[in-house]
Amino acid sequence: MESIYQALVEIVGEDYASNRHEELFTYSKDLGTSPPQWPEYVAAPKTVEEVQKIVYLANKEKVAIVPLGGGLTLAGLALPLKGGIIIDMKRLDKIIEVNEAARYMVVEAGASHGKVTAYLHKHHPTLMHSEPGAPAAATIGGNMAIHGQGDLAHPYGFNTDMINGLEVILPTGEIARFGSCAVGSGWYTMHPLPDLGLFLGWNGSTGIITKISFRLYPYKKIRDNDAFTVSDENLVPEILHELTHLGLTEDLIATSSEIPPVMNRLHHISIMIAGDYEEEMEFKRHMIFDLTLGKYIRSGVGGIGGIAAERLRPQISKSADWKKGGGFEYVGSIVPVAAYPECYRRGSEISARHDIPYTVLGRVIGCCHAMMFSWSYAFNRADAETVRHAREALHETDVMVMELNGTIWKPAVFGQKLMMDRMDQTTLQLMKKVKDLLDPNGIMNPGNWEVQ
Amino acid sequence: MMGLEEYKYKDLIHRCFRCGYCKFPTDWSDVTNCPAYARFRMESYSNGGRLWLIYAWLTGEIQWSENLSKILYSCTSCKNCVEKCPLSFNDDIVNMVVAAKSQMVETGKVPPLVRKFLQNVQVQGNPYGIDANKRADWMNGLELQPYQGQDYLYYVGCEGAYDTRAQGAARATARVLQDAGVSFGVLGVDECCDGNEVDMLGEEALLEDLATKNIDQFSKRGVKNIVTLSPHAYNVFKNKYPAFGGHFNVLHYTQVFADLIKTGKLKGPEQQGVRITFHDPCFLGRWNGEYNAPRKVIGAVKGANFTEMERNKKGALCCGGGAGNFFTDFLGGSGESPARIRAREAGDVKADILAVACPNCLTMLDDAVKAEGLDNRIKVMDISELLCPA
Amino acid sequence: MYKLTFNEDLCLACGTQDCLVRCQHMDIDQKTARIEMEKIINGEDSFVLHDCATCYACEEYCPHGNHPFYLIVQRQDELGMPPLPEPLIKRGIQTGIPFRGEPEIDEIKGTALNMCVFSNLMDRVQGRLFEGLPIISHDSRKMFHYFCQLMYLHYGKTSVINERLDKIIQTLAAHKAKEIIHFHDECYGTYTSYAPAFGIEVPFKSIHLFEYLYNRLLELKNEIKPLNYKVAYQRPCSSRLSPPMHQYVAKIFDLIGVENVKREYVDENAMCCGGTILGQKKEGSRQYCAEVQKKNIDDMKNAGAEICVFNCPACITTLGKPVQKEGIWPLFMSDLCRLAIGEKIG
Repeated sequence: MESIYQALVEIVGEDYASNRHEELFTYSKDLGTSPPQWPEYVAAPKTVEEVQKIVYLANKEKVAIVPLGGGLTLAGLALPLKGGIIIDMKRLDKIIEVNEAARYMVVEAGASHGKVTAYLHKHHPTLMHSEPGAPAAATIGGNMAIHGQGDLAHPYGFNTDMINGLEVILPTGEIARFGSCAVGSGWYTMHPLPDLGLFLGWNGSTGIITKISFRLYPYKKIRDNDAFTVSDENLVPEILHELTHLGLTEDLIATSSEIPPVMNRLHHISIMIAGDYEEEMEFKRHMIFDLTLGKYIRSGVGGIGGIAAERLRPQISKSADWKKGGGFEYVGSIVPVAAYPECYRRGSEISARHDIPYTVLGRVIGCCHAMMFSWSYAFNRADAETVRHAREALHETDVMVMELNGTIWKPAVFGQKLMMDRMDQTTLQLMKKVKDLLDPNGIMNPGNWEVQ
Repeated sequence: MMGLEEYKYKDLIHRCFRCGYCKFPTDWSDVTNCPAYARFRMESYSNGGRLWLIYAWLTGEIQWSENLSKILYSCTSCKNCVEKCPLSFNDDIVNMVVAAKSQMVETGKVPPLVRKFLQNVQVQGNPYGIDANKRADWMNGLELQPYQGQDYLYYVGCEGAYDTRAQGAARATARVLQDAGVSFGVLGVDECCDGNEVDMLGEEALLEDLATKNIDQFSKRGVKNIVTLSPHAYNVFKNKYPAFGGHFNVLHYTQVFADLIKTGKLKGPEQQGVRITFHDPCFLGRWNGEYNAPRKVIGAVKGANFTEMERNKKGALCCGGGAGNFFTDFLGGSGESPARIRAREAGDVKADILAVACPNCLTMLDDAVKAEGLDNRIKVMDISELLCPA
Repeated sequence: MYKLTFNEDLCLACGTQDCLVRCQHMDIDQKTARIEMEKIINGEDSFVLHDCATCYACEEYCPHGNHPFYLIVQRQDELGMPPLPEPLIKRGIQTGIPFRGEPEIDEIKGTALNMCVFSNLMDRVQGRLFEGLPIISHDSRKMFHYFCQLMYLHYGKTSVINERLDKIIQTLAAHKAKEIIHFHDECYGTYTSYAPAFGIEVPFKSIHLFEYLYNRLLELKNEIKPLNYKVAYQRPCSSRLSPPMHQYVAKIFDLIGVENVKREYVDENAMCCGGTILGQKKEGSRQYCAEVQKKNIDDMKNAGAEICVFNCPACITTLGKPVQKEGIWPLFMSDLCRLAIGEKIG
């Protein structure tokens, strides 16, 4: 359809629209196991108005649109399941406002987490945002659209719990704002207006987030990554419970992996602490290791795995490369912290069945209110058999999450279906009504959270 | 389909995850430190995108196309991605692109401007296609000696010899060396293209041809020490010629200048209150780790204030001219052309002088400053010009 | 199974009990020391087995060249009284498992440098001091095939060392080097002290890095420019296994013109970096570790040290940053020597 391409060129300029095979190929894949899904067009708008025009165009032409951030969900959530236009949001990347006093920041949705971290570090060194475990190229908008969590999940919850305001282009093209910004009072709070939370966790199927205000938190000068190691997975929930009762830590993550051998069948609890003063740090270490965890050390079942390791922000992850094959996908789930031992045991069994070294991780959300538990499966893109194994392992893990009464986080279509099959009918129908109401032409990232 | 067996990185290239670290500078300030990605902002133009496309071409999932060749040839070999990629094969991720370009050269499927570049080098020994006999025009009136056993061979390179803007730097370098009493000679019309860009464009046979000829000439004349105007020549002499049997002591002119300053043989001029910033050339910086010498030389300018641009040293944004792009200009024609972004960055730090140490950067940034309408505020100068007595 | 050569009679007849009396981490009088050593010799429980900081120093303090420390560790192992919590021991034991293929054995004529598990420190063995020296274990993927295993002395696990060491020795020996310089003196201690003490055969000659550096510096003497720094040396626990080699520290310092600052924790009274104490089961270990480190660094500061020179990669990992915070420059000995011959260090 040359006319749609021409219309896109008129909206975003020739350099930023493509219907060429190479761009379509590039956007037909993500890093995970999903088979390619080809778009027909790609556009990279620079302004909210350009995005809006593309949405109007899509409605007129009844063509699907898929907003894409960093493209790092791994689960194929921004692959065009029904063709259409990929809107690469990464040129909408302005930092609009940082309010130091009220500790919030407003950005365009395509700004990367790396950019936000670097900007705060340079211009507002006493503030930080909750940075997800994804690579730094992940965007703020994309992460919100999938209910991401970051390195402040323990004290402050999901990243989407930190939202102070949103601007969204509705599937029909109108621009709506939510929170205090909707009444022109600035971007400092989401509450107390009537709840219209219809856009988070929808993978961009109910609208395109264009601007976000989110909370910032104190960034302390001295930042340590300490570690506590146990062999018995059953100890992990109680240790996390005690640490969250103490309430002196910034981020709490338990990991275990088969490779390297040093991690195998051990549970490594990363305890991030921060302080502005050495005395503050020593106080925290004393409270954590000597008083709270001392009993495990003396009885020999837990040990200090390390103190004061460097904490890089943005963090760099290399663990995806264990299969040396450029492929990596994981199932993330939100589960009670008490489920850690079983998640680990059953996950490592699935890994073993598929000849993939097991890699699991659980990050505490809130005051042990939940945990994001993930099972990673690395594969070799050049070896179809390892891709098949990884895909099967992912599906088995999705099913296991349901059996454990967990909730799959950012599920791929397979997992979405599992969840919707179990979903309360009233809720399911309400989802359908919301989607139909907002997106009468069914053009917004179709195939995602699609109620049959 | 590309010849699977011939591609050197066939067992490695699929390991790129496209995680996107390659887009960032050292300080993570934005995703725009890959010059081609900064210009086009499509995933296909990031190095991860390129590697996935090459792999797809390798496996037959996609076929060669003009657009594919344009995407690959818009890579300037600036090595930012190598710097930032955290995985163990990072050293090779630019080489993977160059090797794919080689496959295109093999089958004759390169963009017309690349073909022109290579043909010109083959016929006239320079990419511009200007008569080889005019290669010594740059030194008219300078009274330079032909190389005959002096301490240094001063190798000017194609840009310095032919490009009218870069000629200024070539002349200034020669004059500074003369004034400091350095014993050096030049090759004049006998000089021939060094082959660095030919290498980066994937024309291996032509590189071999050029290297063999140059090594032969250097050796016959008894050359031991070479000082180059261009970091590109410096790179290929230093890192590629040894494989062809050419073992010379190679220096970039900023390294020689820095040494002359240290020993008191060269004094910086007075530039009271002038604000100078410096754009790192990729082939001096990221390719060869030399960040200090040019800064030491600038530091000798008396009374000037030196200020770094936000992105500098390992994190510098390339001018967009590498791997022949100063000639093919695949990244030109937009406010988002890397050279123009860089010109604006020099403006952001309120520089009066944007100093460079590479004839390619000089021409790219000189044009960019004009295109940005900043030429009344910012003067683009090669470091040699900064040091050259008026 | 390999058996420790320990002269019990000599120990019991000792007139000093220096091994325990001089211990920096336990306050033991001579009478108690005799009683506790007797218990240890007899395979009985002793508080020493629980409270030992595993600093190796008693190996040096013993006036008879007996092996009190090896004996202590062997008893910890036999009696199931490891100084560390079980997960840390499991982790430690698993650390040494090679998992990325077999090593490539290239034959070496003459002398080689063994990097053990420090392949990532290749930058520390560059320049003219190391010119032309073939390197064993330069590939971090294969380095655990060269792991000297002696670390397990901190884990109460002579059994692990004895189970694995012969294979490591065979791998090293397969390179056919006549002499092997060991980057870390823990390796030197393994092959010249531990192995002979347990009757494990070592078919190559070992050279201590500092001896090598000293001799190499002598060859380059004309190029040495005195550095004139005030230097503190962080003596590692492993150097207690090769006391005669300790003299090379002073010799090197003399040669390169640095001042070995006068401090309390020096030579035989050197203070442990604390790395091994941090995770011990004994109550208060973490705080004690912090205390030891503070005393050590304060001592360096008070002595006016500008540089803290290290031998052991573990020590520099533990103490590098803290000394830097106090304005003292942490450096490996090899780098300090490179500075003296005018080389830049990366």
